[in-house]
Order: sequence, then structure tokens, then C-alpha cells
Amino acid sequence: MLTETTKPISHAKNASTVSLKINGEDKSLVLKPWVTLLDCLRENLDLTGTKKGCDHGQCGACTVICDGKRILSCLTLAVMKDGSEITTIEGIAPSGDLHPLQKAFIEHDAFQCGYCTPGQICSAIGMLAEGKANTEAEVKELMSGNLCRCGANTNIINAIMEVKNGGNYE
Amino acid sequence: MNDFDFYKSESIADAVEKISNHTDSRFIAGGTNLIDLLKYNLLRVSSLVDVNSIKNQSVTEKDGLVLLNAFATNAETAYHPIIEQRYPLLSKAILAGASAQIRNMATNGGNLLQRTRCYYFYDANTPCNKREPGSGCSAINGYNRNLAILGTSEHCIAIFPSDMCVALSALNATVCVTGSEGERRIPFSAFHRLPDDTPELDNNLLPNELITSIELPAKGFEKNYSYLKLRDRNSYAFALVSVATAMELENDTIKEIRIALGGVASKPWRVQEAEDFLQEKAPTRENFSLAAEIILQDAKGFEFNTFKIELAKRAIIRNCLMALNPSSQLPGAQPSA
Repeated sequence: MLTETTKPISHAKNASTVSLKINGEDKSLVLKPWVTLLDCLRENLDLTGTKKGCDHGQCGACTVICDGKRILSCLTLAVMKDGSEITTIEGIAPSGDLHPLQKAFIEHDAFQCGYCTPGQICSAIGMLAEGKANTEAEVKELMSGNLCRCGANTNIINAIMEVKNGGNYE
Repeated sequence: MNDFDFYKSESIADAVEKISNHTDSRFIAGGTNLIDLLKYNLLRVSSLVDVNSIKNQSVTEKDGLVLLNAFATNAETAYHPIIEQRYPLLSKAILAGASAQIRNMATNGGNLLQRTRCYYFYDANTPCNKREPGSGCSAINGYNRNLAILGTSEHCIAIFPSDMCVALSALNATVCVTGSEGERRIPFSAFHRLPDDTPELDNNLLPNELITSIELPAKGFEKNYSYLKLRDRNSYAFALVSVATAMELENDTIKEIRIALGGVASKPWRVQEAEDFLQEKAPTRENFSLAAEIILQDAKGFEFNTFKIELAKRAIIRNCLMALNPSSQLPGAQPSA
């Protein structure tokens, strides 16, 4: 299904059509080249689950999954990802049941303010799919791009380890 | 960020032609540094030429040599079986840099071209000769904790922040580039520049030249190697000091050794005299300590970074000892127990 965005769009001469499959839905947007993927998601598509923390690639709050890989949407121009498939926090549990990581985050009290949580969970999904972390030390190292300023990091790692070891990750 | 035009390129020739046809244009690959510089208005462009479609196989073997595709991501390269098995030093160094997300985006060519992280370079309200030639250096008499101790000039004490390049330096890589005038090959040691009186030039790439691949010699030092990165937090921070050691042992003596330092200069730092000194010697703490003295003999500290001289010496000794037992290395290139 192709849906045109209803948001105001730029008609300047260097704007171009960008096609993205976001959470399984085809989207076509007319965007100026300088629009980041993060701003495109939040401002043009109303997908505000992806957070803008530092906007400079230092905090990981804007992490999304692009063609199966976790990336920072703040350091990516939307136009560079023309034709890509993007999964945001809104798209990780399409059936309506919580994703195993969402359940584990609740069970482990793995957030206080919750601002870093969408990025943490998208990053953890990418990390588990990569299959490079075997030990807790390796999980910590490969999750270091996501900062939690509340101090929930211990519980975040515990939640991820439970899903990793529980074998209920899909 | 200012407004700009955006062009996709389908081939190396197409990319070079497109950039040659536009003034104030830049190539964009991963964009992890470039987009940040654009956001801070430290860089203004009239157009970007996207080179991401050029990507081919990330790592290929050719006549015993190995070619890293310039447009492949850092993560693809670090986890490639050829790199993990034949050049584990390179794999470890790449994985010590940035975060997993950034390594999924950042490319090999872009790693060589990242700008310094000097606070003053990033602060457009302060003079900086690298950002604005002739304006002065705020770092020399400023807060210079994370800045250079080797190869500095009166005009600039910025460091080059790459981890990957420290390993590429130790491995004697070659940078393959293509420009309007054709292809050329640049030895790694001649790629990055010292600041001298032109700190605005980070490297010897000519205008409109595109890095297309990085060539690794056959010798990968897969038996004895180590990468150690010391920083203010355990992970996801730039190095205060890092060391890459590649060693070949024969009958308990050092047949060949390469020691490259990161975080101390505007380019990965190697000292031939120290490597020659260690040749045919026993791989002992005493000998590594003597080599460390040679490597740091010309070091010059500033108000807040003099500690780096002793830190670098200790890092060299520790890392060379770790290279005797590479399995002792920890995730994130932290010091082993």
C-alpha cells in the first residue's frame, strides 16, 4: 500500500521523492536533502517513538533498524535511505503482543524516564540479530552506544541478558 | 545545516565526474562525521555526491593481498572472516571505535577522512587554525587534555581520532584513490599529515579524489597482535592513548614488530628506530620499556596532557606483552588483568 504523507512538504527544486518501507508500510515522501531520517520519522510520519536525544550520534536514543541493521537515524539523511526498509519501536510488535524485550524491560524495571528506551530496545534487537555477543561483558560493550542518564543501565543489561539466554527471542 | 543539492552516483567514474562538476561539493558515504559537521555549520556544502551505491564486495583477496572496499561499513569489515582470521589486529581496532550503530553506518574510506574531535575545532566561537586558517590555536594554551603530544606545531595540536587507522598503519596498508587525473596509490604513512603551518589539511588527498579501496599486504600478524585503547570511560569514547602491536616471533625472539600509537598525534604514530631496536631481541618487559622510551623521546606535553607521555609508555609495554597472548584481550580493547 502506498500512502502519501498529509504533512506539509517542501516543493523547492532540490526536493526529491523518497520511498521508504516503514514498519511494513510503503511510504512516499517529498523531502529536501538535508532532512535526517530521524526528523522524517518524527515530523513527516508522526512516528515519535524514535527519540531525538543529542542529535549528534552520541546517545543512541534515535536508533532504528534499517535493512536489518541498527543505525542512528540522526546521522542519516532520509534521501540516502531511499528504497530501504526501516523498523522503529512502533513496528517491533506488529501482532499487538509486546516484544520479548519490551516484556523484559518492564519485568526488570529497565527504565525510569523512558526516553532512551525505544533506542535501547531497537539497539538490543539489532545486537541480538548480529549474534556477536556471547558474554555479559560483550553485551555491555556492544550496547555501549546507548546511554541511559537515569541509571537504569544495570537493569537494561539484565533485561537483555534474560531475553538472550531465554531463547524466546524471535 | 545549510540547504544543498544531492546526487547519487552509480560508479567511481560517475562520482568523480559529478563532484568535479560542482564547486563546494563533498562525497557522502556513511555520513556519521560529515552530517554532524554540517549540523554544526562547521562545513557548508553546495551539494553532496552519494557514493553508497558503488559498494561491491566488502573484502576481496587478490594475489595474496587483501582489498578492503572503501564503501563497505566498518562492521562488515571487522566481522568479515578474512579480516577476523588473517588480520585480527584490524578487526579488534575497528571494534574498539565508536558504537555498534555507528560501525554499521561508517565506511572504511570515511574512517580515514574523519576530522579531529578537538573541542576548539568544534566550537565555532573560538579561533582554530584547522577550521579557519590563520585565526590561531585555542588549544595550545587551552584545555588540551585529549590533544597531541607528538608531531605538534605552533599552529595546531589536534589529534586524529581513528582506531582503525592505527591498525592500518601497523599493517603497512596502501590507500587506493581515483580522481579526475586517474588512479594513484598512497602508502599509509604518507596519507595523513602533520599540522606544520597548514593544519587545515588533514591528509594528502587531492581535491575531488575518492578513496576506492585500502590494500593490505599479505602479512597479517595473526599469531601475535594486540590493540589497547585507554580512555575516560570503558567504551564509546575516543582514545587518550591507543596502541596497536603486530609481532612476529621466531625461536622466542622478535623477528619483526610494528608498534603504532593512536590518540597522540595528527596521524597514527610509528617510530622506525624503536621497531629496529626490538628486532632479534627477546620479547621482555625490559626491552619493550626501552622501545617505549625511544618512541616517546620527542614527546612534548601541554598544560593538561603531559600525563599522556607516561601513559603512552605504559600502554606500549602492556600492549606488547598482551600481544604475546592475544586471547587475553578484552572486549572494547581494554587492558587485560
